[in-house]
Parts: sequence; C-alpha cells; structure tokens
Amino acid sequence: MTEQEIFDKVKDIVVEQLDVDADKVKMDSDIKEDLEADSLDVFEIMNELEDELDIKLEADEGVKTIKDVVDYVKKEVDAK
Amino acid sequence: METIKVVKTAHYVPSKVVTNDDLSKIMDTSDEWISSRTGIKQRHISIEENTSQLCTNVAEQLLEKSGWDAESIDLLIIATMSPDSYTPATAALVQGNIGAHKALAFDISAACSGFIYGLNVAEKFMVSSGSSCKRVMLIGGEVLSKVIDWTDRTTAVLFGDGAAGVLLEQNEEDSSCFVSSSLHTYGEQGDKLEAGKTDALSSFPTAGDHKIKAFSMSGRDVYKFATHKVPVSIEEAVEKAGLTLDQIDYFVLHQANSRIVTQIAKRLDQSLAKFPMNIAKYGNTSAASVPLLLDELVSNKAIKRGQIIAMSGFGGGLTVGTQIIKY
Repeated sequence: MTEQEIFDKVKDIVVEQLDVDADKVKMDSDIKEDLEADSLDVFEIMNELEDELDIKLEADEGVKTIKDVVDYVKKEVDAK
Repeated sequence: METIKVVKTAHYVPSKVVTNDDLSKIMDTSDEWISSRTGIKQRHISIEENTSQLCTNVAEQLLEKSGWDAESIDLLIIATMSPDSYTPATAALVQGNIGAHKALAFDISAACSGFIYGLNVAEKFMVSSGSSCKRVMLIGGEVLSKVIDWTDRTTAVLFGDGAAGVLLEQNEEDSSCFVSSSLHTYGEQGDKLEAGKTDALSSFPTAGDHKIKAFSMSGRDVYKFATHKVPVSIEEAVEKAGLTLDQIDYFVLHQANSRIVTQIAKRLDQSLAKFPMNIAKYGNTSAASVPLLLDELVSNKAIKRGQIIAMSGFGGGLTVGTQIIKY
C-alpha cells in the first residue's frame, strides 16, 4: 500500500468515527487538538484500521497527528 | 423455545451516592472527563452492607412482589464477581437469610456476563427431563467498591455497587419464553480484566500475609472485545431464534460504558433508541447491571409482556453472552 492509499483509508475511518468534514483531515492534523478525538475515539480508529488492514496496532504508540498514524500503519503493513 | 417466564424483577442499591465531582476531590479526574468517556455521572457505594445483604434485599422484594413463599423456590443463583467470601457462597447466605430451605443455592462467577450465564443455567435446570425445578430466583449482585484501587483513576471512576434480580417460573400455559442464547468464553484473554487476584504461597512455612489484588484492566483490549464480540453474540442468538435484528424490541446491554453501547448499536445498524441506558446513575455494576436496567424498564412500563428482548453481558473472563426472551 502507498502512503496515499493509507492516508485515504485513515481519513475515511476518522471522518466516520469523529463525524468531521473530510477536508479537515490533513496529514498534519493533530488528532486530539484539531479533530477533537478523545482516547476512546483513538481506540476505535485503531480498531477499525486493524480490522480493515489485518494488522496489529498498539493504541499507546504515541501517535499525535494523522501523519503519525499513517507512518505507523505503513510500517506495520510493510512488515506483514 | 422453553416456556419460562420472568415473573417479577427487583433491584436495590445502597444509599450512598458518589458523584463524579466527589471523585474529582480525591483523584485527578473531572466530571467532564468521566461523563464524556463513559456516560457515568454518579454511582452508589456500599458502606457496611456486603454483597449478600444487597442481594437479600432484592430477594425479599421479589418475594413480596410475587407473593411467593420462600419455601417454594427450587433454585437460588447469585451471579457475582465480588462475593462475601470464598465460602460460603453468597447464594447460600441469601438462601439462609430469606428461609428458602428447599432451594439449591450456588454462585456463578462470570463477571459482567454472570446474569446472562445464570439465565442459561437456570433454563437448563428447569427444562432437564424429570426436573422438579419450577421456580428460580436469580440475582446479580456486586460490591465492587471493596476490590477497587481508589487511587487508580483509570478504573475507580467506572464501577458502582448494586444488586438486581428476577423470579423465573416454568409454566406451560404461558406465552412468555426463553427464545435462544449465545454464550462464549475467551479464557486466553483472561488477564485483560482482573479483580481479586490471589497469589499462591512463594514459600513454606509462611508468615501468611494474604493479599487480594484490586481491579486491573486493559482498557483498549476490553473495549475492542466488547465492540466486536457482543454484536457477534447478539447476531448468533437472533439467527438461532429465526428472528431478524429488526424484530428485537429492546437490547438490554450490560452497562459498562455508554460509548461501547453506542458502538454496538452502530455495528448492528440498529437505532440507539432500542438500547436503553441507565449507566449515568449507577456506573458499571457488573453482574447487577442487566437486571437493574431490566427492572427499571419493566417498572416504568417501557418493556411490556409479549415483547422480544435481547439481553447481553460482556466482561471478565473474558466472557460474553446473549439471551433472547419473549417477556
């Protein structure tokens, strides 16, 4: 998967889970500050990514921005 | 389908109410943090009364509401993860307290699924061939406050004390029945939610300082378990019953976290209006939560005779269970 494909996937899930406009979700968006997610929202985003991409993610991996999520997912997908 | 009727329901909670603001005075938390992440506003905390006493209060209410003689109870089950002692069983204490001398009495330990597991066990007793078990008292009761680490803000804010239960009767004439069920246990994930853990002796002879450990929980793992396995359990039970999800009038789910319930409704593509909640008032009362909600819905006439109700519990074990009844 390319970084763009992963970003699109993350964006879809974030839009669905957080009920935010798609154009608000950018690589440098801070998940908690800019997108107003709390810890359970992050759980749910990680859970959805795990299910859809068949990977295992730790919630406390220190992800802060969308880019952090994309990088972390890319690393796990590439390692599969 | 077995013609088993939920004859009466009742609940009891201890009088002391502890609000989120009260907790924010003893630990680093806030009403906003707790209520937005869990839906909990307050919980009842038991002072002096142990689990058997909360359950005895419920048992007495059930007898009074039904007019049944305590001697007519054949089976008395208490679902609890916070019993008074290892032995005697809390159910035995309650049996003695109310004078249900003919009742076989024991506890079920399946944490937040305990009430659902109890319904299943009761059904098996009642329908086995040649069984003389016609009347069952099933109560879920917890004093979780005694196994909470009151300095751990990640778990202390979640739980409350209470008890609630039902009287069940087998009656061929009645249209009320147990429709279907689906129970699963995932023991390999047992360490994700622990309370009251004990250690074997490290040497012998020993100074003998017995310690029991407080609640510990891997929040994300339990969250994921609940949001994934509960919908599967409900769908299995609905399919076994030959029903569709749309035919279920109410989903009475274990009240662990309003966000979990909301997510389960979403995954099942069912209106959240079919998922009543009372977690704001009581917090997570483990085995008591499903009958506590059921009793409130019956009392305020939201649930009526003839309706199809899916009850689900999920939690420590890890366990999950769904029981569908025609009320």
